[in-house]
Amino acid sequence: MAYRAHVIISGTPEQAQEVKAALMGKLDTLGLNEEIEVREATGLTPRSVTMASRGVEAVVYPEVVHYAGLTPAAAELIAEEHLLKGRPVQDLFFEEHPAEPLDAPSAKEVRVVLRNVGTINPESIDDYIAEDGYAALGKALTEMTPAEVLEVLKTSGLRGRGGAGFPTWLKWSFARAAVSDEKYVVCNGDEGDPGAFMNRRVLEGDPHAVIEGMAIAAYVVGAQEGYFYVRAEYPIAIRTLRLAIEQARDYGLLGKNIFGTDFSFDLEVRMGAGAFVCGEETALMQSIEGKRGQPRTRPPFPATSGLWGKPTNINNVETYANVPQILLQGGEWFASMGTEKSKGTKTFAIAGKVKRTGLIEVPLGITVREIVYDVGGGVLDSRPFKAVQTGGPLGGCIPEKHLDLPVDYESLASVGSAMGSGGFIVMDDLTCMVDMARFFMEFAQEESCGKCVPCRVGTRQMLEILESICAGTGKPGDIEALEKLGASVTQGSLCGLGQGAPNPVLSMILNFRNEYERHIYDHKCDAKVCRALIEFTIDPPTCIGCTRCARNCPVDAIAGKAREAHVIDPEICIRCGICAEVCPVDAVFVE
Amino acid sequence: MKSLEELQKIKERALERRRLAGEGSRARVVVAMGTCGIAAGARDTMTAILGELEKRQIADVVVTQTGCVGLCEYEPIVQVQVGDQDMVTYGNIDTDRVSTLVEEHVVGGEPVEKWLVRK
Amino acid sequence: MEDVIAATNRIIDKYGANSESLVEILRELNDVGGYLTTEHLAQAAKRLRVPESKVASVASFYSLISLEPMGRHVIRFCQDAPCHVVGGREVWEALEHELGIPFGETTLDGEWSLMTTSCIGACAVGPVMMVDEDIYGNLTPERAREIIARYRTASRQAAQSAERAGFAAQGGQE
Repeated sequence: MAYRAHVIISGTPEQAQEVKAALMGKLDTLGLNEEIEVREATGLTPRSVTMASRGVEAVVYPEVVHYAGLTPAAAELIAEEHLLKGRPVQDLFFEEHPAEPLDAPSAKEVRVVLRNVGTINPESIDDYIAEDGYAALGKALTEMTPAEVLEVLKTSGLRGRGGAGFPTWLKWSFARAAVSDEKYVVCNGDEGDPGAFMNRRVLEGDPHAVIEGMAIAAYVVGAQEGYFYVRAEYPIAIRTLRLAIEQARDYGLLGKNIFGTDFSFDLEVRMGAGAFVCGEETALMQSIEGKRGQPRTRPPFPATSGLWGKPTNINNVETYANVPQILLQGGEWFASMGTEKSKGTKTFAIAGKVKRTGLIEVPLGITVREIVYDVGGGVLDSRPFKAVQTGGPLGGCIPEKHLDLPVDYESLASVGSAMGSGGFIVMDDLTCMVDMARFFMEFAQEESCGKCVPCRVGTRQMLEILESICAGTGKPGDIEALEKLGASVTQGSLCGLGQGAPNPVLSMILNFRNEYERHIYDHKCDAKVCRALIEFTIDPPTCIGCTRCARNCPVDAIAGKAREAHVIDPEICIRCGICAEVCPVDAVFVE
Repeated sequence: MKSLEELQKIKERALERRRLAGEGSRARVVVAMGTCGIAAGARDTMTAILGELEKRQIADVVVTQTGCVGLCEYEPIVQVQVGDQDMVTYGNIDTDRVSTLVEEHVVGGEPVEKWLVRK
Repeated sequence: MEDVIAATNRIIDKYGANSESLVEILRELNDVGGYLTTEHLAQAAKRLRVPESKVASVASFYSLISLEPMGRHVIRFCQDAPCHVVGGREVWEALEHELGIPFGETTLDGEWSLMTTSCIGACAVGPVMMVDEDIYGNLTPERAREIIARYRTASRQAAQSAERAGFAAQGGQE
């Protein structure tokens, strides 16, 4: 029997059935049941997974009209208007962005660093001054001694936001104590952790707050010159920052005798050229000096011998951006937020399989659960939570059992993860932990500068083992080899990159060892990610024989005649997934 | 910059200018133009808004930009404030939504409920 | 077209012939023609009075400086985790399939280079890629193919109008 049209319905089984029943009932009444076929797309296919949040959807063929958010009544309307009278119902069309109200992040946000970001015009210095901008610098220069500024910072408990969490006041006091006619302050804007873009947001949204923080640091340590090191991957941030520096110069907030005092300070922007290791402070300073950005041994620390061998204070963007507010509102105010050892707020970049991705600022001590569920809105498509990766490619993962862990420097370290600069990547049950580990190791291996042998060679060996596990050729003993290699890379490397590179793998093995074992011993990837360990098949009853998959298959692995069910030959199939992508009725399954 | 007093004067001047801009215009439209906004098409949205206002010969609407508002998922983000009403935030404002947004909210004064980001 | 020596001198002068700015000089010079030749490196070494080996060692260290010829359009696809978990691999494969080259290579016709970049900080709209200077977010395999098609159409149109302009110029001479 030939039909003049097909309607394919998808959604959660009960809802889809309800809509299907209503549609078929109406078609019956209209006498169309022999002209139009109604089908339900079922099963776990890439498309139906992502569509779950759009309610019940339907696609009408041959004209491919896509409806979404359907109720039984809406289905009846489609039958009458579209299928009988040929007038598609515009109001029910699928919109690329769902029209339902969007949720803003929760009230758990507390903004110190981001207080102006997204409200002021970053290209206007007046806009910043209207929000008390540069008042902290004025106060420090005209009413406070450097020692008094240090005292306020000490009370505040501010710690470095670049990841290591070193007390800021102590770092500044080292550079202050160093004796030299020339000193420098440097801002580390080489935010290289994948998924962590909070510094970009501050630089693009409120550049003057960072400039002001640096000027205050320069006053305290006794520097006259500063460098802003920003990665070249952030062209908009660099442009905004350069403009801000010019405006500050025009107002005499940078330059000679600021606020009529004998304090003079100016700033220069240096752009990186694509090397992750330059986020390491000694490598970063090499790069500013125009050299290969390779780390060197410490001590000497930058506070005694930094840029061009002179005492240098180096902090990251977020650390500096906190300083003006601390001076204006007091150390006690800042210390009232956070936990005993981790004070204030921290920005996090939430990404991955979570409903609301984006950038947030929350008081330290908030739990992982609160960030994932209250701020992030929960796991995407309400799938089960598996883990969250914090601290970027040098950090570790936090599994479900630690959901109630408070987020602060010490607690994260205690479970084998790290604060890092604030990356927060949520993973669900469809994320494969071997694949993720391979991924992070590939990153570390590529970014290793090659100076230390354990890091250069060890990361490559670890990567090769992970690749073979993903490819289905893992051997017994691989897990133990990874653990052993990881320990020697950590011990034998000079800088944070090498020391941290094995972290993701080690913490994933620690928490998800069974997944590694499933890959090696059972040749199964339960998350259905590792291509060598999965198979694509076509569900015969669902297949409408449109031949689209066979025509698009790059290796001709699909056979079948028009209007008959198609079959994939697993021997030829390269598991590229194009068939699943092009199938109009979601008949391609992954096993 | 010579003194705190001078800074204070600049601050007052800036606040005064903000107030005057508010009084002299019927609405303020702010487009988030961080990297994520631009990646999602904020430049096109900005151009479309300016074009739409020009087409309707509306001159008393202030259009400005800001950084990332932290709702990157919903970029392009546009904030609209009409008269002394509260400022509201819209998500996913692609170019094809601009005309309706200007028509209903900027001109008509009624927020387009279905595109609002809930606070 | 500006020659190698002139371009190198121009950018070095912009930075006051200061060898401390070597990284920035090389990066900016790289953006002129898409990559650096040994001629560039030699001229930079001469003007900045540093050994050629030092210039070469800096040039080879940074990923945004290329020592190989690059295509007319350079795609820099974000290879980092946040983009990966939201479907980056499918887009990655679609790009390789569409252009017929693996990552890290340039098409034979010199039109496209397919490179990766580290995080460009637009993770919430991932997967993300840059085509030359423009950033594109919320990529799917289809959208990636559409974007490539858009550039192809633009260069076809540019070629056609250049051809027409060429005919017109010839006609004018006759």
